[in-house]
Amino acid sequence: MAQTSTRPRSFQEIILRLQTYWAGQGCAIMQPYDMEVGAGTFHPATTLRSLGSRPWAAAYVQPSRRPTDGRYGENPNRLQHYYQYQVLIKPSPPDLQQLYLGSLEAIGIDMALHDIRFVEDDWESPTLGAWGLGWEVWCDGMEVSQFTYFQQVGGHDCKPVSGELTYGIERLAMYVLGIDHVMDMPFNDPDAPIPLTYGDVFRQTEEEYSRFNFDTADTAALLRHFEDAEAECEAILSQPHDDPKTGNRIVMAHPAYDQCIKASHLFNLLDARGVISVTERQAYIGRVRALAKKCADAFVQTGAGGYAVGSDSAA
Amino acid sequence: MPDLLLELFSEEIPARMQAKAAEDLKKLVTDGLVEAGLTYAGAGAFHTPRRLTLTLDGLSAESPTVVEARKGPRADAPQKALDGFLRSTGLTKDQLELRDDKKGQVWFARIEKPGRSAEDILAEVIPAVIRDFPWPKSMRWGAGSLRWVRPLHTILCILTDDSGARTVPFAIDGIEAGDTTRGHRFMAPGAFAVTSFEDYAAKLKRAKVILSAAERAEHIWNDATNMAFASGLEVVADKGLLAEVAGLVEWPVVLMGEIGEEFLDLPPEVLQTSMKEHQKFFSVKNPATGRIERFITVANIETADHGATILAGNGKVLAARLSDAKFFWENDLRTVRDKGLEGMAAGLSEVTFHGKLGSQADRVARIEALAREIAPRVGAKPDLAAEAARVAKADLQSEMVGEFPELQGLMGRYYAQAAGHDDGVPEACEDHYKPLGPGDAVPSAPVSVAVALADKIDTLTGFWAIDEKPTGSKDPYALRRAALGVIRLVLQCQVRLSLINTLSVSYFSLVVGLGRRDHHYYSRSITTASPEDGEDLVTAWREHPLCDILLADKISEAEAEMIEVKLLGLEMEIFDEDVKKHEQAAQALKELRSRAELADHLCGAFLLPMLDEDGNELPESVDFQHMLKSENYFPVWRYGAERVSTDLLAFLHDRLKVHLRDEGIRHDVIDACLAMEGNDDLTLLVKRAEALSDFLKTDDGENLVQGYKRAANILAQAEEKDGVEYRFGADVKFADTDAEKALFAALDQAEAAANPALEAEDFPAAMRAMAGLRAPIDAFFEAVQVNAENDILRRNRLNLLHGITATCEKIADLSRLEG
Repeated sequence: MAQTSTRPRSFQEIILRLQTYWAGQGCAIMQPYDMEVGAGTFHPATTLRSLGSRPWAAAYVQPSRRPTDGRYGENPNRLQHYYQYQVLIKPSPPDLQQLYLGSLEAIGIDMALHDIRFVEDDWESPTLGAWGLGWEVWCDGMEVSQFTYFQQVGGHDCKPVSGELTYGIERLAMYVLGIDHVMDMPFNDPDAPIPLTYGDVFRQTEEEYSRFNFDTADTAALLRHFEDAEAECEAILSQPHDDPKTGNRIVMAHPAYDQCIKASHLFNLLDARGVISVTERQAYIGRVRALAKKCADAFVQTGAGGYAVGSDSAA
Repeated sequence: MPDLLLELFSEEIPARMQAKAAEDLKKLVTDGLVEAGLTYAGAGAFHTPRRLTLTLDGLSAESPTVVEARKGPRADAPQKALDGFLRSTGLTKDQLELRDDKKGQVWFARIEKPGRSAEDILAEVIPAVIRDFPWPKSMRWGAGSLRWVRPLHTILCILTDDSGARTVPFAIDGIEAGDTTRGHRFMAPGAFAVTSFEDYAAKLKRAKVILSAAERAEHIWNDATNMAFASGLEVVADKGLLAEVAGLVEWPVVLMGEIGEEFLDLPPEVLQTSMKEHQKFFSVKNPATGRIERFITVANIETADHGATILAGNGKVLAARLSDAKFFWENDLRTVRDKGLEGMAAGLSEVTFHGKLGSQADRVARIEALAREIAPRVGAKPDLAAEAARVAKADLQSEMVGEFPELQGLMGRYYAQAAGHDDGVPEACEDHYKPLGPGDAVPSAPVSVAVALADKIDTLTGFWAIDEKPTGSKDPYALRRAALGVIRLVLQCQVRLSLINTLSVSYFSLVVGLGRRDHHYYSRSITTASPEDGEDLVTAWREHPLCDILLADKISEAEAEMIEVKLLGLEMEIFDEDVKKHEQAAQALKELRSRAELADHLCGAFLLPMLDEDGNELPESVDFQHMLKSENYFPVWRYGAERVSTDLLAFLHDRLKVHLRDEGIRHDVIDACLAMEGNDDLTLLVKRAEALSDFLKTDDGENLVQGYKRAANILAQAEEKDGVEYRFGADVKFADTDAEKALFAALDQAEAAANPALEAEDFPAAMRAMAGLRAPIDAFFEAVQVNAENDILRRNRLNLLHGITATCEKIADLSRLEG
């Protein structure tokens, strides 16, 4: 099923092979979303496109930020900024598990030598109002991917159901390449004229952001930004569906969703700064979820979300 | 008689759901078939990560024809009635027959329901079972609407008899039933057809699938123990893990690996938990040292390198996990050595236990106060019990427990030892959570018992105070478990404790603790409340955590009056420096006063943090017993304490009934004992109930109760008729007959023997003494007419009967016994 028997030699080769593989399976290879997000799921190509009736198939790398996971570049496998590889196919094809296993072969994991397991792990995103059932995929006891059949997003039932695959690329690559510390991992080919390690590329930023996230980020400003994003999101969504200038029906689900993403990331930053108490935490999550739900409501009112002209709701 | 084979082949089913699903499949399908008139000789259910399989042998090939005679209208009924009957049966008049009935001739219809083939019935029953399958969680996939635990791929459904195998024809959501299945995902992924269950099981085995979970578990256990034995080691048994692992593989391959030397000094429980929880590894122990030195993992595949790659990968993941654990362990040890367990516990004030019940630190303070009260009752030194309570929850703040919550308590013991605690304190850290369930061991060390009881009683009182009681199947705070824990601790350790008193102390401790904590916040609220109408004041009270705790359903007139007086006095004290504010507050309080419930909160909550009955500040260590007994001390609290403790005691009694019923004591026996004074002393209560239960199993006991009941009945009838109660002592000088005299003598004798026995709580002896009454009572009723003509004699006899019932009722309220 896979084209390659050779082992990849670098982090980027693994990404390239995943790109090639999923392109070969018919996915649109998209680029990362140009905003700070905590996980690939937040990319509108997943969150919004998993809604509505229109078929969809996309794959992309998404830089993801988890401020609380910053370790100044010292921890062998914890980073505040890392990459996720994300695949979303709607409706989920019947052979999605086989397709997924094919992707592991493509990056050099020999199915005859390794022990691959699908271990129950139900996924839930309280901030997105989303949940699904699936597994974490184990390779020789290590979690290498999350495999989820979306059931609900933004409070809407997913019909049809999307199949979502998420690979933590650093961890997976370290395993495939046999590297013990993420910073030692070859980023480009070790024989390139200028060989670069992951550390060459990211150690500096891990240090800087760790300090910023934990100690420097201005919490008062963050709180203000959070409120602003929340207000902006609601203001966008309160606009009439028909654009007075063009006369066209333009529901602004995506601009509103950008504000929702912003609020979510600001919440993560506030959390890392330790200024959110346990009780407040739930309240903040609830506020982000409320935004996500409204954005989902708006998206199913768009053409891409399956809205057909002349109908009153999603098709 | 064909055999049925049904296999539902899907993507990986969560291990924890498999066994129940296989049993559900068997039950639902067989129930459906039996209901449709089929029979079968035997049934078997199997499960693997990817399949649920059901096999039935000796299934009837068709359901029998059923003939039913349906009764219609009478022969002389109007034509309309007959027409209606014909319509409903679909018959014509000449197909009916007339039969003789009690009321004359009646039309009968003979309705024949022809039998159906097993295929038809299966094709109807199985899809219905699949559609309504009771998965704990199910999902949709693709564009379909069918729900299953994970996507369902194929259905194999065949009937096999002498003529061969045939597929049962049905389809569900586009999946056609067929006669093929697939083997192991990686080692034998191809499809193959099967013709019978035996053929299926054999072909699966060739395709690297062991169908039986029991066989997989046995295989794993055998290989694991052999492998360990060959190295002079032994596998730590873990039935739950074995069942889980057997549910994660179709073809188990057991591999043993080494644990890095640098991790071997971690507590064995830490190694075991980390390996089990994260990686589903078994622990392998060196029997000589007790240390865990290796791990066993179970792969789902045979590889050319005999698992070397798999083992290396698993070892690497383990090393990363254990590095974390070691890091936590060393950090925690440093913390407790430098700052003690109290230092570790410092952060508990930041951890909310429950929004209305304060932080974990508040809770610890309450448990400490309560443990101190309970200690003398369980033979523990109060100071030690208090020390143990103070540090028992410190490990919740440890990094290790943060990572592995299931190690709470155990890590507490290790860290308590490291911090230099002894005298039963480390053990109490570990054991104060126990018993966790009906099967869990009950601690017996005095310090552990004191803290364990305090822990559970505080939980119960707290949630009762804020009205979060369990209802129906909902018990989110596991209060039933806590109640059973209290019962088992008290009974097993023979603790003599007035629960009403202990629960009241617990309630006081809750109110004082939270009141103190919030005092500053609270007095600030009232002194800064400025709005004219005082609404902010109301909000401040409303938001005060004690609002809920002191919330009473209703308060008496006297209490309302008392509250008003206190309120007036209070506001004077607080606002006397600022007259304007005083006026505003007085206005606000006037409004509040009309709302007695709120005033209740106000008064109780406001008083508690600072004042004792003499208006002095409460000392650090509050004498709760004094507080309870004092007449003019915080009546509002006492009211709350009474409300909570009485209600909670009733709940504990209910749980006790369930517990004792399981021990074989009849519920009416328990009721009879519950009606006695001192029923909040569970040890005494159970002693009495056990004695009575044993006594009732003897002839003497049974007959004495009959005699008692006869006496009580006659007495009750006479009292009702006469409208008086016969409660005077009977006098032997009015005794008319020998039987009567003998009963007087027997009663004296019984009382003389029973009273000291009762005093000594020797219930069996007391009951034996009462048993002596049986023969005289029988003889009395035989020989004497109670309702004599002579009124003096009659009254004396009735009074004698009362003497008997009253004496008998010193054992228990026998009137509550059934039968």
